[in-house]
Amino acid sequence: MTPVADGGGLPAAYLRTGSSSFTDFVAEHEPSLIPSRRGLPPGASIDAPHGTTIVTVIFEGGVLMAGDRRATMGNIIANRDMEKVFATDEFSVVGIAGTAGLAIELVRLFQVELEHYEKIEGALMSLEGKANRLASMIRGNLGMAMQGLSVVPIFAGYDHQAGLGRIFSYDVTGGCYEEHDHHSVGSGSLFARGALKKLYRPGMSGDEAVRVAVEALWDAADDDSATGGPDVGRRIWPTVALVTADGARFIPDDGVAPVVDAIIADRQGNPGGRRGGGAA
Amino acid sequence: MTAGMPFYVSPEQLMKDRADFARKGIARGRSVVVLGYDHGIAFVAENPSRTLHKIGEIYDRIAFAAVGKYNEFENLRVAGVRYADLRGYSYDRSDVTARGLANAYAQTLGSVFTQESKPYEVEIVVAEVGDDPDSDQIYRLTYDGSVADERGLVAMGGASDQIEERLTEQWRVGLTLAQSLQLAVAGLAHDPAGGPDRELGPESLEVAVLDRTRSRRTFRRINGDLLGQLLSDDDPTDDVPPVDHDSPRQAASNPQTQRHGDEPTPDSD
Repeated sequence: MTPVADGGGLPAAYLRTGSSSFTDFVAEHEPSLIPSRRGLPPGASIDAPHGTTIVTVIFEGGVLMAGDRRATMGNIIANRDMEKVFATDEFSVVGIAGTAGLAIELVRLFQVELEHYEKIEGALMSLEGKANRLASMIRGNLGMAMQGLSVVPIFAGYDHQAGLGRIFSYDVTGGCYEEHDHHSVGSGSLFARGALKKLYRPGMSGDEAVRVAVEALWDAADDDSATGGPDVGRRIWPTVALVTADGARFIPDDGVAPVVDAIIADRQGNPGGRRGGGAA
Repeated sequence: MTAGMPFYVSPEQLMKDRADFARKGIARGRSVVVLGYDHGIAFVAENPSRTLHKIGEIYDRIAFAAVGKYNEFENLRVAGVRYADLRGYSYDRSDVTARGLANAYAQTLGSVFTQESKPYEVEIVVAEVGDDPDSDQIYRLTYDGSVADERGLVAMGGASDQIEERLTEQWRVGLTLAQSLQLAVAGLAHDPAGGPDRELGPESLEVAVLDRTRSRRTFRRINGDLLGQLLSDDDPTDDVPPVDHDSPRQAASNPQTQRHGDEPTPDSD
C-alpha cells in the first residue's frame, strides 16, 4: 500500500476525471484508509475511550463551539487534555462525542475532504454542502455504530450567503438537522442543554457567548462524571472556538482562564448558578 | 495498397515527430514565468480567463503551473492534488514533497510520450517553497518526461527561450515581490518578433505566490487592487500583506496538533 505505484508514475485512477471528493477517491483507490470500511467481527464489542460534552451557541455575527477536555473509558479517565473541537476549514468547526479514535480519524478525513474540494474546484464548498458531506461520512459508519463504536459530531460554521453562524447536529444513522440558537451533544449534554436554555439570549456578543458556553460545560461537569470541569490545578481549560466572517479562531488559554475564574467566584455559595434575588 | 506509406519508421524519426508535434502545440499558447523572490516563489501567467487557471495549489508548500492544452494539464493538476492529499493523509503533511510529485509526473509524461497515440502537449513546473531562497525547489517537466531542477527562474510556453534569456540577465536573489512581478510581466510583454512591447495589465494576468512567511498553506492568489499596486512603479507596496492572525488555514490539519496554544510549535505540521 503506497500512494505511488505503477513504476513511480501516477496510477491511472489519479488521472481519471471524476469527483472532487477525496473520500470517494480514497474509497475507490485505497479503501482500507476509510475508517468505516473496517469491520468488527460480529457480536464483538470493545472498550475504547469516549469523548464527552460539546456545546455550541450562536451569537451576533457568528457561532461558538466549546468542548470539555476529558475522555473516559468506563470509569477510567483515559485522557484529561484531549481536544474535541477542531477547525475543519477556514470557516467551520466540528466537535465530536463518541468513540474518540474513530471520531478523530473521521475529522481528519473530513478536513482533507474540504481542502481537497477547495483545491480541485477552486472555490469553498457551501456550508450546507459541508454539513451534507459530514452526514454521508457518519452514515458510512453505521455498521461500526451498531457495534458500539458510534461517532456523534456537531458541526457549525459561518454561512457567507446568509451572513450568520449556523449549527448542524447528527444522529448515528447520518441524519443531519439544523439547530437554532444553541445545541449540545455528548454524555453531559442534557445538563448543558438545560443550562443553555436559561443562559442563552438572542443577539449575544462573542464574549457573552464564551461565558454562556463555559458555564454550560461547568453545569454538565457538575452532574455528569464523564465530563471534565475546568482543571484549575493543571490549568486545563475547555477548548473554545469562534467562527465569524473573518474565519475560525481558538481562544487561547489566557483568554479562557479569566472566564473560568469569574464563574468560580460567582458560584461560591451558589453552586447551581442561581440568577437574581440571591447572594452571588 | 498502402502506396506512399512507409512500412518502417525508425525510432529516432518517431520520437522526433512526436516531439515536434508536442512542441508545436505548446508554442501556440501564452507563456508562464515562475521566479523566486525574497519571501517566496511567484507564478505569473498571461491568462485573460478568471476561471480556467494555469496556476494551481497542490499542497501546503507546493504549487503547479502549466502551459499547453488545458484539458491535459488540468488532468495532471488534479492528479497532483490527489497524490499530495492521499500521501499527506496516509503519512504526514511533511512527507509530501515537490521532488516526489515531479518524479511521478515525469514517469507519467514519459510513458504517455512513448506509449500513447499522442504525447501530452504540455510543459509544467512543480515548485516548493523552502525556509529560505536557497532551499526553494523549482522542477520543470517537459512533454517527454524530462525533468530539470531549475534555479531561481523558469519561463515556459511560446517564446520561452527569449523570455528566459532576457529575464535571467536581470533576475537576482533577493528581489522583492513587486520587482519580481514587474520583471516577469516585462518579459511576457516583450514581442520576440521585435515589435513594441505589449501592454499587460492586471486583468490579463494570472498571478499567485507561495509565501514562505505563512506557516501552513502558503499558496495565495494575487489579483485585483493588490496586483495593480504591486505592478505599479508609484505604489510603495512591495509584498503581500502579512497574516494578522493564525487562522486554521495556517495551523496543521492533524486534529491532535492543530491548536498550538499561545506559541506556535516549530514545524510540527
